[in-house]
Amino acid sequence: MNTSTDTTGAAKAAPAGGTGTPGPGWFKRRVIGTKADVVPRITFAVVAFLLIVVAPGMLTAFRLDLLAKYLVFAIVAVGIALAWGRGGMLVLGQGLFFGLGGYVMAMHLQLADAGPGEKPMFMSLTGASDLPGLWEPFRSPVFTLVMVVALPMAVATLLGLLVFRSRVRGPYFAILTQALAAAFVILLVGQQDLTGGTNGLTVSTFFGLDLAKNSDKLTLYFIVLAVLLVVFLIARQMVKSRYGQLLVAVRDGEDRVRFLGYSPTTVKVVAFATAAGMAGVAGALFVPIVGIISPTSLGIVPSIEMVIWVAVGGRVSMAGAIAGALLVNFAKTELSEAMPSGWLYAQGLLFILVVAFAPRGLAGVGDWWRENRDRFDRFRPGARTAAPASGAAAGEGA
Amino acid sequence: MATGLLCAVGMFATGCAGDDDTTTASSTSGGNTIKVGVLHSLSGTMAISEVSVKDSELLAMEEINAKGGVLGKKLEPVIEDGASDWPTFAEKAQKLISQDKVAATFGGWTSASRKAMLPVFERNKSLLYYPVQYEGLEASPYIFYTGATTNQQIIPALEYLKEQKKTKTIYLVGSDYVFPRTANKEIKAWAKANGMKVLGEEYAPLGSTEFSTIVNKVKAAKPDAIFNTLNGDSNVAFFKQLEGAGLPSSKLPVVSVSVAEDEVRGIGASKVKGQLVAWNYYQTTKGATNDAFVKAYKAKYGQKRVTDDPIEAGYVGVKLWAAAVEKAGSTDPEKVKAASKGLTMDAPEGKVTIDGENQHIYKTARIGVINDKGLIDTVWESKGPIKPDPFLKTYPWAEGL
Repeated sequence: MNTSTDTTGAAKAAPAGGTGTPGPGWFKRRVIGTKADVVPRITFAVVAFLLIVVAPGMLTAFRLDLLAKYLVFAIVAVGIALAWGRGGMLVLGQGLFFGLGGYVMAMHLQLADAGPGEKPMFMSLTGASDLPGLWEPFRSPVFTLVMVVALPMAVATLLGLLVFRSRVRGPYFAILTQALAAAFVILLVGQQDLTGGTNGLTVSTFFGLDLAKNSDKLTLYFIVLAVLLVVFLIARQMVKSRYGQLLVAVRDGEDRVRFLGYSPTTVKVVAFATAAGMAGVAGALFVPIVGIISPTSLGIVPSIEMVIWVAVGGRVSMAGAIAGALLVNFAKTELSEAMPSGWLYAQGLLFILVVAFAPRGLAGVGDWWRENRDRFDRFRPGARTAAPASGAAAGEGA
Repeated sequence: MATGLLCAVGMFATGCAGDDDTTTASSTSGGNTIKVGVLHSLSGTMAISEVSVKDSELLAMEEINAKGGVLGKKLEPVIEDGASDWPTFAEKAQKLISQDKVAATFGGWTSASRKAMLPVFERNKSLLYYPVQYEGLEASPYIFYTGATTNQQIIPALEYLKEQKKTKTIYLVGSDYVFPRTANKEIKAWAKANGMKVLGEEYAPLGSTEFSTIVNKVKAAKPDAIFNTLNGDSNVAFFKQLEGAGLPSSKLPVVSVSVAEDEVRGIGASKVKGQLVAWNYYQTTKGATNDAFVKAYKAKYGQKRVTDDPIEAGYVGVKLWAAAVEKAGSTDPEKVKAASKGLTMDAPEGKVTIDGENQHIYKTARIGVINDKGLIDTVWESKGPIKPDPFLKTYPWAEGL
């Protein structure tokens, strides 16, 4: 990964000048930007237009619901791109944080559905007479909303401090996160009286929105879109900042950063906890959109799938991660509808193609081509022999 | 870079526009068919069980179509894959209802998949026919339960153990999910009221194949019988290790409620020969209707295939829905529900009647013994169909549940 170019970050690094005072040249500086900014900015505008205007206008309520689900997954993907792509921490257990956020939200929504003093729906199954004490605080919507972000972040911070301080990294860290996701599933299934077991928790309203009504679903879609935008901007800001450079430095040479006097532990914990918080928010939004959260949505397999979205889209780019999440999940829906019994093969083929021909994901196709162009040129008569990856090295400077 | 995102959204929009075109096209031109949904796991861990049920549901639709269809229209199945993933079940159910506008959906196996689909069907006021025995404690107005509830399967099995086998002590072994845990809760309440002692209760993760600890605990506890709610593949390992520990069926009988002919085929008949099972239907169940059903199923899907309880319940579900639609003269869910009240049919398992109150069906309980051919012979059956009682209201011991 040392030579991995960072043209995305570099391209996006908008000029720092122009603190917002509208004056001559303001429009050009702030809206159009430098030459390198033009393409991403136009793309951003087009995508935003598609998502805000075209999609709600053209799609049926059912399709819009699916799109909202993909956008929720994109929120997780942004977090993974930050922790894995930028921070080099292969997080194979994001299902844990996704689940924490999801269960926190589902607990509140079940209590809200039941109404004050009534039993939540899942208890009809377990037959318990008293509401478990753990559930009581989640009657409060404010507490719930705070916990959706705070709980996953707290768990990740604690875990990160323990793990990164003892310099656990690479595959060991990946396996550890995965084991935690697996353990979380076992806990949820085992504590059926508290969590609804394998059935999970189902909900039918979301803070007064009736999830059966199309107009309320549209509102929910815009909420998801807004949250994705905020998450994207946070991640982008982090990547562009001094901290973002430090994170990449830790990824590429942790010991060197340590010798320079920084604490890699803190740098990594911040990225890991942010990714966890994003997964938590996504889990919380997943609940009203899908209507259910259960252990099947957050075990090892879903956790790996989350990483696959990012791998397909391109892990160093936030936009690539979002595209990957949308694309893979869209393909999953379409393929499984087109061939209910054979779609898994098609999906597998898709992954093989990406891994074989675009190892850095869709967002990395351009970079990969620029770096390897001369390899192909060699086979052509009269090819340029020199000019190695100098362009790529220049991009690294950002 | 961001071009990928653009292309994803673009693809999505165009893909869906295409979708909408096809639905409008088919709903305007296809006035001669009635679409029905078939929603089972065709991939993932549950596929091994659910594919067979899908097959029998398609068989029932084919038979109905051969006889001229329903209300003079042919049935057109729309098949979707639930992928052994509960949110996917909810997603596909919604797709069948709003995109395909199906008249009814047949599907589900695990309780979790049913619980995930339940709000979708209630919200859209659309009908689901659920074909598997389950833990009870549910009666959704938009679900028809064509499998057994506990008082038609588990309680008769316990009574059989008590009356016929003079069992005094049992040991509970199950997979770690909702059905076994809830079933065991009910079993413990029953045992307490009936003077039977539960010596232990053990759960293995779904799909687990390591049973030496559990088998050793069972061996040490020396129960008269084991009540087994393990699901799927785990049974293979469990029975093998039980036999290895010197506990064949002659020494320690095991009553299973999730092992049917299809599972025996997977486990291997030799390992479970002589073990007890509790269901409402076996391939060997006597009757002309069943003979015809078994023959048709084998003719369509191969002589090596077997029929079993959920397969039959799936088949019956389709037939019951079709009969109710004919009676109502409409596919409107509310009219179908009204017409279903007390609807009776001659099914492969015998006479079945829909209970108007909870939309479960009256079923005959049957205890069977697995023979060396992998089929199951009935050794005891209830006197006539048992009225479904999903909330166990008629059982005083079940009050605290």
